[in-house]
Amino acid sequence: MLSALLIVFREVIEAGLIVGIVLAATQGVPRRGIAVSVGVGAGVLGACVVAAFAGELAALFQGNGQELFNASILLLAVLMLTWHNVWMASHGREMARALKAAGHEVVTGKRTLGALGVVVGVAVLREGSEVVLFLYGIAAQGGTSNAALLAGGALGLGAGAVVSALMYFGLLTIPAGRLFQVTSGLITLLAAGMAAQAVLFLQNGGYIEVMTGTVWDTSWLLREDSIPGRLLHTLVGYVEAPNGAQILAYLGTIVAILALMRLVGKPSPRPRPQPAE
Amino acid sequence: MKRTLILSALLLIAVPALADEPITLTLQNHKFTPAEIHVKANKPSMITMINKDATAEEFDSTALKVEKVVAGNSKGNIRIRALKPGRYPFMGEYHAGTAQGVVVAE
Repeated sequence: MLSALLIVFREVIEAGLIVGIVLAATQGVPRRGIAVSVGVGAGVLGACVVAAFAGELAALFQGNGQELFNASILLLAVLMLTWHNVWMASHGREMARALKAAGHEVVTGKRTLGALGVVVGVAVLREGSEVVLFLYGIAAQGGTSNAALLAGGALGLGAGAVVSALMYFGLLTIPAGRLFQVTSGLITLLAAGMAAQAVLFLQNGGYIEVMTGTVWDTSWLLREDSIPGRLLHTLVGYVEAPNGAQILAYLGTIVAILALMRLVGKPSPRPRPQPAE
Repeated sequence: MKRTLILSALLLIAVPALADEPITLTLQNHKFTPAEIHVKANKPSMITMINKDATAEEFDSTALKVEKVVAGNSKGNIRIRALKPGRYPFMGEYHAGTAQGVVVAE
């Protein structure tokens, strides 16, 4: 039961953290609950479909269907995260200022709710399909110990939800004025980690065959498949032995997002002094 | 004639890009055979995993940087990049208790 709990927990951590970050990033945005719920629901549904057709999916593109699919949905998530950050950089600040002054809830980021819903969907889909396959495998074997294994799986799912809640409420302890900066930083790192992960899938599919050599190895310090390693992998894209292409994708994504944010954030009408607290 | 020449020239170029014959790895009763796979160091290789179990298994190895789901009663190709000499453990994530193996690069 413990092993089932751990396996499911390991898989749901990623989706849990991402849901937590998205919820914090959309704090105060009306109808964000719907966007996140639809994302989770579509992700679960998609996970079941992907799990049911795992064999068919893998057989596509000369046996590279799985790698291409994973790389594509990861890159889709990277694009959505980038768009959110860039949009927030261009509109977020002045809207927040104006609306706060008017005594309203902060409704920034409404435009990118859909994008973040997609990100949640992708995260749930990716991790969920593995959970579905694992739990289905247990159920299909039948027998008495399986009830315990399934219970372990359910507890693992619950633990993932707790991670999500901890991330969310943890982020909410940050003062509202800083929250935007923190979530946009987290989203940039999430996107960078996902881009590096997408590169790995493309390498495993044989589409990228340059810079595949390991550049450094920190597995002696922190193993990527440990729970802390897994957490850091999701949050900041920690990889114990990255290769050149992964590092390039990681840094390239960060530079691209920051450059775009700066570019659109620049044409402010007039430099205004920060209002005193 | 000319076309044949060009074709054979292309084949000559294409052949070195292909890895050697894929290594067959069989999963049955949630156990890998062979549990130890030997590959040449500093040279990419390919493993064809045949899953003879009814349920899916994920070939998972952080050391090899591979995660690949192989559906029940099906097979999948796993690319192994050029490895430095050493031992690279892998497992079937859904049955990690029994499905264990190692790639040895030498």
